[in-house]
Amino acid sequence: MYAQMVTTEPKGGGETPEEHAFQARIDAGEKIEPKEWMPEGYRKTLIRQISQHAHSEIVGQLPEGNWITRAPTLERKAILLAKVQDEAGHGLYLYSAAETLGISRDEMTEQLLSGKAKYSSIFNYPTLTWADMGAIGWLVDGAAIMNQVPLQRTSYGPYSRAMIRICKEESFHQRQGFHIMMKMARGTDAQREMAQDALNRFWYPSLMMFGPSDKDSVHSQQSMAWKIKINTNDELRQRFVNETVPQAEFLGLTVPDPDLAWNEEKQGYDFTEPDWSEFYEVLKGNGPCNRERLGARQKAWDDGAWFRDGLTAYAEKAAARRAAAATAAE
Amino acid sequence: MSADATIAPLAPARPVDDLLAAAPELRAPLVTGLCRLGDATLILGHRVSEWCGHGPALEEDIALANTALDLIGHTQMWLGLAAQVEGRGRSADDLAYHRDAMHFRNPLLVEVPNGDIGRTLMRLFLFDAWHHALLERLVSSSATEIAEIAAKALKEVHYHLDRSSDLVVRLGDGSEESHARMQAALDLLWPYTGELCFGDDTDAALAEAGILPEPGDLRSAWDATVRETLAEATLAVPEGRNDVQRGGRQGRHTEHLGYLLAEMQFLQRAYPGAEW
Ligand SMILES: [Fe+2]
Ligand SMILES: [Fe+2]
Ligand SMILES: [Fe+2]
Repeated sequence: MYAQMVTTEPKGGGETPEEHAFQARIDAGEKIEPKEWMPEGYRKTLIRQISQHAHSEIVGQLPEGNWITRAPTLERKAILLAKVQDEAGHGLYLYSAAETLGISRDEMTEQLLSGKAKYSSIFNYPTLTWADMGAIGWLVDGAAIMNQVPLQRTSYGPYSRAMIRICKEESFHQRQGFHIMMKMARGTDAQREMAQDALNRFWYPSLMMFGPSDKDSVHSQQSMAWKIKINTNDELRQRFVNETVPQAEFLGLTVPDPDLAWNEEKQGYDFTEPDWSEFYEVLKGNGPCNRERLGARQKAWDDGAWFRDGLTAYAEKAAARRAAAATAAE
Repeated sequence: MSADATIAPLAPARPVDDLLAAAPELRAPLVTGLCRLGDATLILGHRVSEWCGHGPALEEDIALANTALDLIGHTQMWLGLAAQVEGRGRSADDLAYHRDAMHFRNPLLVEVPNGDIGRTLMRLFLFDAWHHALLERLVSSSATEIAEIAAKALKEVHYHLDRSSDLVVRLGDGSEESHARMQAALDLLWPYTGELCFGDDTDAALAEAGILPEPGDLRSAWDATVRETLAEATLAVPEGRNDVQRGGRQGRHTEHLGYLLAEMQFLQRAYPGAEW
């Protein structure tokens, strides 16, 4: 997902009374708030997960931002601008939530730019036609919702509240994407071709968003005990496929998986797993657009340095002027 | 900049159709006048939207996207009304996506490339100061529809001007580098600003009917806002005339507009008749 391969910190040696009481609060459904005691592993894992999620929102502006200046109508342009602006806002809420755990936004930005912190692999795929705006809203925001709705119940208060705000906007994102797909799928031959091509390219990368199977991972079990993670990756992926396949059928598009079939027994679709070796390459920085995406963020950061420094310089001067005026008034 | 700056309507505001029934010769000038408004917000909105995801700080990214969104919203209203007045079955989208550069009526100021964030913000400020003065007058236009659009837009543009003037002050009076960049931005953009307040016969006809103000009448309000803000920003008003670079409002543009339109209009041009 937006945080798709978060390494969970071990919770440390034997269980202390504090750890025991902490786990009991989580089990009772209580929220943990910033100033309260928490195990170091819980704090570090959350920072990793929330910042990865925040970075995904920020980098996630780029593939769609790529089409804002080419949006085909004024209304589409406005909707896409509003959507991408929302994603920046999501980044802001999430950075703020992570900051309550004792890390600054600048530190997180540096971790993103140095490659130490990750963002979702999905945003390393290119947006080649207007139909990709549809596919991203429909599939990528759709997958995000799948992951984020349960996270509204996560144990960390600020994260949970950020998720509640974000989820309200994500459903609008998914609807606008589906609407674009519908226009394209029911449009001219050229538009239908673009729509099918977008689904072909985004299907497997969307399945990768949930991360590799984690059913045997001890780390994941710890995150689930802490209610930082609510469902397994496979559960969410299955749920996504079950919901999305009928939507593709409704659109008259073909999911690019010849082995896709309804399984009566499990009441879900059997489907082909994505190519996990491709996934690991993308994570390593070798996806089609990793260099462009990080390059764009690096450039924005570097080019913006004088702007940020200028504002700081002004704030210092203004404070000095206020102090001088106060002294003079005494 | 408020009460005394309003245009006195010749008669109480009336719907555009009534105005045109009484004065059919105003139809063509009015289409041009509305395109001048809508093209200005469209091209500037497009330029601002180029920043999406590339801003110098997250808050700035969000604010720029918001400004672009407002400007595109104004475009939908102005070009929508232009298309309606024109009465040839075209829509706002037809006007935005199916005219070539020579038929665009925006001032040159808005088509100049963004440059760095300093130039982008300086351009926004110089434009906002004019835009705000204009809308304050348009709320008392003799055409009901124009007055209504202006009232909606004014609230947003009030905020745009607050924001851009504040940033011009802070960056102008910030670090040595930010000061130098803001001064360079001002020097580069200054020659384009005079066009905003430079009228022609079309403007005169519309002003006489109380529909749009005479551009020259906005000059003192614009000047006052700009000079006050630049002084606070410790920036020097460039010497020399500021109305040398003009022609956009008559359809004579810079080389930049063609490329902007090639990008903006690509899908509509490549797939004529498709619905999106
Ligand atoms: Fe988001
Ligand atoms: Fe979204
Ligand atoms: Fe005002």
